[in-house]
Amino acid sequence: MKEVEMKMLERAKALLESGEVARVVAWKKGDFCFDPSPAVFESVEELDTFVYDWFCGANLSKYLIQIAKKEGKTAVFLKPCDTYSFNQLVKEHRIDREKVYVIAVECLAKLDVEKMKAKGVSMIESVEVVDKDVHVKTAYGEETLYKPDVVLTKCETCNKTHQAKDEEIILHERPERDVNRFAEVEKLEAMTEDERFAFWRNQLSKCIRCNACRNVCPACSCVKCVFDNPASGISAKANDDQFEEQLFHIIRAFHVAGRCTDCGECSRVCPQNIPLHLLNRKFIKDIDGLYGEFQAGETTEGKTPLTSFTEGDVEPKDVFNGEAK
Amino acid sequence: MQDVSTEKKEFTPNIVAFCCNWCSYAGADLAGSSRLTYPANVKIIRVPCSCRVNPMFVLKAFQRGADGVILCGCHPGDCHYVTGNYYTRRRMALLYSFLNYMGIEKERTRVEWVSAAEGARFASVMNDFVKQVTELGENKRLTDLRVKEGE
Repeated sequence: MKEVEMKMLERAKALLESGEVARVVAWKKGDFCFDPSPAVFESVEELDTFVYDWFCGANLSKYLIQIAKKEGKTAVFLKPCDTYSFNQLVKEHRIDREKVYVIAVECLAKLDVEKMKAKGVSMIESVEVVDKDVHVKTAYGEETLYKPDVVLTKCETCNKTHQAKDEEIILHERPERDVNRFAEVEKLEAMTEDERFAFWRNQLSKCIRCNACRNVCPACSCVKCVFDNPASGISAKANDDQFEEQLFHIIRAFHVAGRCTDCGECSRVCPQNIPLHLLNRKFIKDIDGLYGEFQAGETTEGKTPLTSFTEGDVEPKDVFNGEAK
Repeated sequence: MQDVSTEKKEFTPNIVAFCCNWCSYAGADLAGSSRLTYPANVKIIRVPCSCRVNPMFVLKAFQRGADGVILCGCHPGDCHYVTGNYYTRRRMALLYSFLNYMGIEKERTRVEWVSAAEGARFASVMNDFVKQVTELGENKRLTDLRVKEGE
């Protein structure tokens, strides 16, 4: 990852120096090694804090909605999953493709510091990944973790490849894996209604309505959002009622249905660890099963499943659990 | 003083029926003028097209105390606006499947196609749906406690 970072930094410098781009969207160092944050670099001097490491899980595509509107071209580093969101936003005319210079960077799965903490590793000072071993240097000494145990949930079942790029910085190819991203959804579907209700009430009652999932979601980019409208009756910050939690998540999931690229940012940012991606994946699974395989963000053209139809579509009463009876 | 009765009140469900202006609403009219009976607790909301029904409407109905929501439109291919009900069909298929995934009983939601000539069908669909929801009982899973009357 270090070599990749150096290459990226080199390119960012060259692009800024030559004036080819006016700014670079990337990650900057945080207070600790595990909290880099998205940042905009407008000059070579600012690149001192540039970083790309195992904790750069954030999806940068949504930032482009605002940033790419500025004068000049914007360069951005996108991981495979981010390019889907990027394409989807281009398709929805939220980003002008001409004004963005996409540099595809390798990912190889990012680490989740929360999962590492749960394994009893805290006070992390530095991290080195060798194949499937994560060597962590902490204030208490050194530890080795098994990488698949501590990657972000969204990386666990990721098989994505770059869908948009003007150039690429890829030094290591990630092998294709045999994973079923719907395994968890299927497990829920196999439960009874009562069990499912109990599961979701248990999960969603943790929701504090911080709106982080909405704010981070690249598909949730309406200028005016229903949840900001006090007249909607569902804009409360804190929950008054279990209904609010359900309604918030149902509306959000439905709103992004057919547009959700399954980038998994919602689950990553949730401070309460609610598996929000399972809501979106249910829609993806249903759409795949009923209307043919569809991956949002693969192209910048074409219709989404909910804005198109065929005459022989399945009847709603025949649809339950994603399979036509 | 309020009467305190230990006798259990018979449960009559609140049903919200979204009916499209061109087919199902006329079908309901025909059911009425043909003197066919269907339960009075079906509250019909007329919409210009079944496609007008935003998933929010369905959720709002449940929030405000509906025990069942049924959506009626023209038969696929017969839409007054040509293609409206095709979109409805996809949208509601996904919404209902999703509500079921969240643990809401699938019997509470339904989509039926009723044409303007099908007065008898309208009545039988409503009778059947009300019976189904009555058997299921009150909607407790998708309701807002704040809008419940004091019981």
